Amino acid sequence: MADTPTSRRERTFERLLLACASVSVATTLAIVLVLVIETLRFFAEVPLLRFVTDVEWRPRFAEPSFGIWPLVLGTCLTTVVALAVAAPLGLLSAVYLVEYASNRVRRILRPTLDLLAAVPTIVYGYFALAVINPFLQGIIPGLATYNPLSPGIAIGIMITPLVSSLGSDAIDAVPENLREAAYALGASRLATIVNVVLPGAATAIGGAVLLGVSRAMGETMIVAVAGGQQPRLSLDLRIPIETMTAFIVRAAEGDTPAGTLAYRTLFAVGTTLFLMTFTTNLIARRLMRRSRLA
Amino acid sequence: MTSVVRLSSTVVVTGFLLAAVWTLGVVVVGGCTTRRPVIAVDGSSTLYPISEALAEEFRDFGLAHVTVGVSGTGGGFRKFCRGDVALIGASRPIRPSEASDCLAHDRDYIELPIAYDGIAVVVHRSNTWVDALTVDELRRIWSPRTGTDERVERWSDLRPGWPARTIRLYGPGLDSGTYDYFTKAIVGSEGASRADYTSSEDDNMLVRGVAHDPDALAFFGLAYYAENRDKLRLIAIDDNDDSNGVGPVAPSLETIRSGSYQPLTRPIFIYADKVQSRRPEVRAFVNYYLERGPRIASEIGYVPLPFDAYVSVRHDFWSGLGGSRFGGQGSTIGVSVEQLLAHSERGRPDKAMAPATW
Repeated sequence: MADTPTSRRERTFERLLLACASVSVATTLAIVLVLVIETLRFFAEVPLLRFVTDVEWRPRFAEPSFGIWPLVLGTCLTTVVALAVAAPLGLLSAVYLVEYASNRVRRILRPTLDLLAAVPTIVYGYFALAVINPFLQGIIPGLATYNPLSPGIAIGIMITPLVSSLGSDAIDAVPENLREAAYALGASRLATIVNVVLPGAATAIGGAVLLGVSRAMGETMIVAVAGGQQPRLSLDLRIPIETMTAFIVRAAEGDTPAGTLAYRTLFAVGTTLFLMTFTTNLIARRLMRRSRLA
Repeated sequence: MTSVVRLSSTVVVTGFLLAAVWTLGVVVVGGCTTRRPVIAVDGSSTLYPISEALAEEFRDFGLAHVTVGVSGTGGGFRKFCRGDVALIGASRPIRPSEASDCLAHDRDYIELPIAYDGIAVVVHRSNTWVDALTVDELRRIWSPRTGTDERVERWSDLRPGWPARTIRLYGPGLDSGTYDYFTKAIVGSEGASRADYTSSEDDNMLVRGVAHDPDALAFFGLAYYAENRDKLRLIAIDDNDDSNGVGPVAPSLETIRSGSYQPLTRPIFIYADKVQSRRPEVRAFVNYYLERGPRIASEIGYVPLPFDAYVSVRHDFWSGLGGSRFGGQGSTIGVSVEQLLAHSERGRPDKAMAPATW
């Protein structure tokens, strides 16, 4: 194999591809590095113990308090609501698309569902505020203008296509001969799906749902618009809350000069959020990989 | 192999096309805008409606492009002292920390009062039980939670007979001069308040919050009430001082002008960078602001200063009178027009600062 023009071109092309691929790795590393450095600086000023034991989040008031839990709880509330919407909706539509829908219906339904994921999140935010919330206020007494419920529902709608498409991949991956064996034993279609297909795909479906969770936790614009700006340690779904992402948006809304404690709180909150989504992602990937091996 | 080559050549061609379009775009757009200098304005959301309206009118003259941001009075001063912006709106006077920040950056400023504003305290339209609140009641609602104090959580904690439902609070964020002034006037010192309220630098978000929440209580600049009076109810305030109006007083043109809406009447300002004010387009814009601003201010619900006052404020600008009339002490309660103007200098105007047509 001499140094022919063709092989040289091959090698150049390969290097080009490698460079493109490493951009994402380098970016991730840089982000982690910046997060870690600024977070360490934050904890040099505010002891970690106060971060995890204080129950109030008011970092910029006259008597500051740095308890992260109200923000974590806010994020968890919207995520749980989103999950309550997206998990059933996504899975049932996945089952329909794979097991019931004719090819023609599937060809129309799938892209339509995916279109939901293409709606800009700011649109979902105002949809939650201007459509979902007034509707809910008619049903639920004492519902405030900003609350975790309506943005949670909007996030749920937004991540439904994700859960649905990953879920249908999982259901698709269940070997056809298992289904045929069930039918041979006289099982109905419903019995086959409930007893054979879904248990077979359960691990991968768990992974799909967890990826949706991680997406819901990181969602920013919807909760910033419709969730309120009031960090609170309460499970009440009717009153304003503040998620970690909404705090970052609000803190950056004014002007937060680099190098101040207020600036570093952004990174401390960002790191907490990153750890949460990273862990969820990791578990989700592991679940999906394990199901593929089985 | 051939397909890879074809693919890569397609990618390259597309890349070139995109680059060409982008370059063309930069040239065309750049050609349209770079000829005009930019004047950066930022600061208080209370002044934003005035600044934005004037910026739009001023654009039509073709002298400069004016951009208006809203980062609150505190956020505005930080940008101002760094020299990022030429002009900021401020709903309270400069604070000691900000004055020293500006000094550290060698930045001199001219403080120019624009109008009076009453901070409006509002509730939901369907709230029929509250007509008036005393300053003491407002203080009990908003004062910080120190653990030992009695807590006002529900309307019934204020007066027996009012509903036993939680009061939901909405107010400007910590970068806001309105927040600083309100806490100073009601609680006693700037920045002292409870933390569990829905805060935003965007007053429209607060309006929306109150407009759809029957148990809400909020405060913000009067202009935002005037714009939404069909959705909100205005609350009269009783300061227990009969010398400036007996009983509860609601903010209006008359009560703000006469000074009887106390303690929530306050002057609002613009601060101009002294050095950047020598740029002809900045000078023209500030002159335009002082000329047209009072009119716009009264159109959107603020109360202009007396005519004479603007004469001396303009004079202050032309003579480049630096510093603050409040000694850099931040929010000052109950400032009369006389006090506002006591600072003014009646010397010979600096020719460089006066408008060409004067």
